Amino acid sequence: MADYKNEFGWFAERPGVEKKVYNKFPVLIGLVAFVILATAPLWLNAGRDVPPPQPSLDTPAIQKLTQQERQCVLPLSEIRATHMQLLITWRDQVVRTGEGTQVPSPRVWTSPDGRKFVPSLTNTCLGCHSNKAEFCDQCHNYVAVVPNCWGCHLQEPATAGQVAQAEVK
Amino acid sequence: MGINRREFIRIAGLSTLFGLGGAKAAWELLRPGQVEAALQAIPTPLAAKRWAMVVDMRKLDEATAQQCIEACHRIHNVPNFRSPVKPEDKVTPAEAQRWEIKWIWTDPFHNAFPGAHQETMVMSERVHHMQFLLLCNHCNNPPCVRVCPTKATFQRSDGIVMMDMHRCIGCRYCMAGCPFSARSFNWRDPRPYIHKTYPDYPTREPGMVEKCDFCSKLLAKGELPACVVASKGALTFGDLNDEKSPVREVLKANFTIRRKPHLGTNPQVYYIV
Amino acid sequence: MLEYALVGTRRYFMLLGALLVLILVGAYFYFQQLQYGLGYTTGLGRDVSWGFYIAQLTYLVGVAASAVMVVLPYYLHDYKAFGRITILGEFLAVAAVLMCLIFVIVDLGRPDRLANIIKYPTPNSVLFWDMIVLNTYLFLNIIIGWVVLESERNQVKPPNWVKPLIILSIPWAPSIHTVTAFLYSGLPGRGFWLTAIMAPRFLSSAFAAGPSLLILLALLVRKYTKFDPGREQIQSLAKIVTYAILINVFFFFCEVFTVFYSQIPDHMLHFQYLFSGLQGKGWLVPWMWFAIGGMTVAALLMVSPRIRRNETTLALVCGLIIVTTYIDKGLGLMTGGFVPNPLERVVEYKPTLPELLITLGVYGIGFLVLTILFKVAVSVKEEIRA
Repeated sequence: MADYKNEFGWFAERPGVEKKVYNKFPVLIGLVAFVILATAPLWLNAGRDVPPPQPSLDTPAIQKLTQQERQCVLPLSEIRATHMQLLITWRDQVVRTGEGTQVPSPRVWTSPDGRKFVPSLTNTCLGCHSNKAEFCDQCHNYVAVVPNCWGCHLQEPATAGQVAQAEVK
Repeated sequence: MGINRREFIRIAGLSTLFGLGGAKAAWELLRPGQVEAALQAIPTPLAAKRWAMVVDMRKLDEATAQQCIEACHRIHNVPNFRSPVKPEDKVTPAEAQRWEIKWIWTDPFHNAFPGAHQETMVMSERVHHMQFLLLCNHCNNPPCVRVCPTKATFQRSDGIVMMDMHRCIGCRYCMAGCPFSARSFNWRDPRPYIHKTYPDYPTREPGMVEKCDFCSKLLAKGELPACVVASKGALTFGDLNDEKSPVREVLKANFTIRRKPHLGTNPQVYYIV
Repeated sequence: MLEYALVGTRRYFMLLGALLVLILVGAYFYFQQLQYGLGYTTGLGRDVSWGFYIAQLTYLVGVAASAVMVVLPYYLHDYKAFGRITILGEFLAVAAVLMCLIFVIVDLGRPDRLANIIKYPTPNSVLFWDMIVLNTYLFLNIIIGWVVLESERNQVKPPNWVKPLIILSIPWAPSIHTVTAFLYSGLPGRGFWLTAIMAPRFLSSAFAAGPSLLILLALLVRKYTKFDPGREQIQSLAKIVTYAILINVFFFFCEVFTVFYSQIPDHMLHFQYLFSGLQGKGWLVPWMWFAIGGMTVAALLMVSPRIRRNETTLALVCGLIIVTTYIDKGLGLMTGGFVPNPLERVVEYKPTLPELLITLGVYGIGFLVLTILFKVAVSVKEEIRA
């Protein structure tokens, strides 16, 4: 087979064979079906208007704080971007590395600006943000993120409704 | 608990700080518009080189043992499959036995200390009817830690064998490795079988192993384990490495036995019979 | 070469279809297990925490290792006759190890966290090494089998780089189920398993069960395809099975002697539960007697050359060996270790229907892979002989 390249380039290996498309009908049907399925999210949601998330800070705990006290454990931009990493840091401290010899205590985490908190998702985070459905879920649902914390971690903080301010002095 | 010089200086220093900080706190409390914030002092955690427990069976009657069990299971959200929250979640007794989760429980002598062969041994009546309080022994040479493929169960430097629920893959190798049957697995969702959830501890999802952790969260808050507190003095808890700790005193004064010591796991729960 | 698997007789596609049905049924129940937990689909419990799934893993890891019994004589000792069937042994190993790995995943409580074994390697855990050796063995056999088969099809010698892999696979095969045996034999709390002879017993039952299965598969291949694995090859395999099953029965009696002559209760109780019942419970007793009795009978029958030479009787005895070793090494080994529990209480274990169907689904996957691989191998052999 000296020269097997003809006008179609590399497709035809044996020049003497007639080119023919086999099973044209099922192939076309399959292609069309695939294209429809693959682009389904685009045309199924065409024209739909999804409002941007509006997390609400309206909880009894937060209302009772003064303006200058309304500060999360980290600054807003940081907490928004890195709250999952922060929770993992807390998790490692409480479960894996935290022992009695830790200073000052495995139950205390010190933020970069020196404030101290109890590292607890249910009691510290949800202590202020007790409205999970109007706060956390707003953004999570919008970007279709399903954090799997809540299968284990409870959604009711220790002193629900009261000021469960876990800030430690 | 005895106190040495280092401990004393540390506590004195902390108290001074609180004293100084207290003025600031008082000022903020009395300021107009200030909220009645639940300001907590930093709890001094309990630390040790080797935690151990002594169970004095002479002082432990069945009612107190049940209170210890109830205290532990309540604050750790341990489900009770024999009493579902909703009646439609009822399970058969066989299933309740299979799926049982227990961190601490009672068993008679020949189950707690097997191999003694009831039939061949003439035993005192008192011990024959005793219900021994059994739990994870937090062995010093734990086979469960040796076999865990992800270090989801690991030994801390203070001797406690901890469970990391976030890492456990549910292979149950540790359950096969434990010679004391101290570990339980979540065969299904436990929440329908917990009547009142305790907020300071998570529940568990199906697919992970759990066991007693010597109340490490309470120790971090400076409190003793729940079973010790509920035991009315029958359980002693302390640092085996500290000569002045209560466990050392009790062990010096009494003869104790341990479960299956010949296996070399070095269990750290001692029994006075 | 996979194109050989895309064409076949009607019977071939019906087999694939039946296996696919099994897989789909198993998959349905497995999704239930993922959603509701292992308690929903299995009969496992706090006291018997490993059961049917791990029993299959234990048995199949032995079947997988038996490939070494055809590879070793051919590559190390130049026993040319086995050249025809090494590929069958290797592909059987691939299917068996694949099933082992799937059974591990099916048994896990949190398969979504499977990566944790790799993210947090723990060399002191035998399960970590088990994962490594099983996966390596899978890749070894896939690569070796495929490359050698392809060279055979193109009628050239296999490339040189595959030779060290083949030599590596020879000690690797006994190591995969030595490591699996070490899973059991290093646990201080389980007296039934705490025996040095666990790994040798695994080896002997593997080399009895694996080649038996290979003999049956070879006979099926001869019956349904144009490729004949060869009478001499099957006879050699039969000799291997004979010695292995005799040693296996001997090892069992060694165990029984140590346990019952020393009269240590912790070890005796498990045997008593399996063979005579304990505290009034013992649903496994007839199964265990059938397993040990059948194994002994099979061993004695295999000694006779007349039975070995007649391929019908050989097939029947091989089937008996497979069934009896399956019971003994599968559920017998598993349940015996857990019952009575470390507190000397008898809590029994019975697999549930969903558990059996999930198991059948995994077997479906394994046999599907086996069928496809064998189809490829047999087609190549048919082609070069034509």
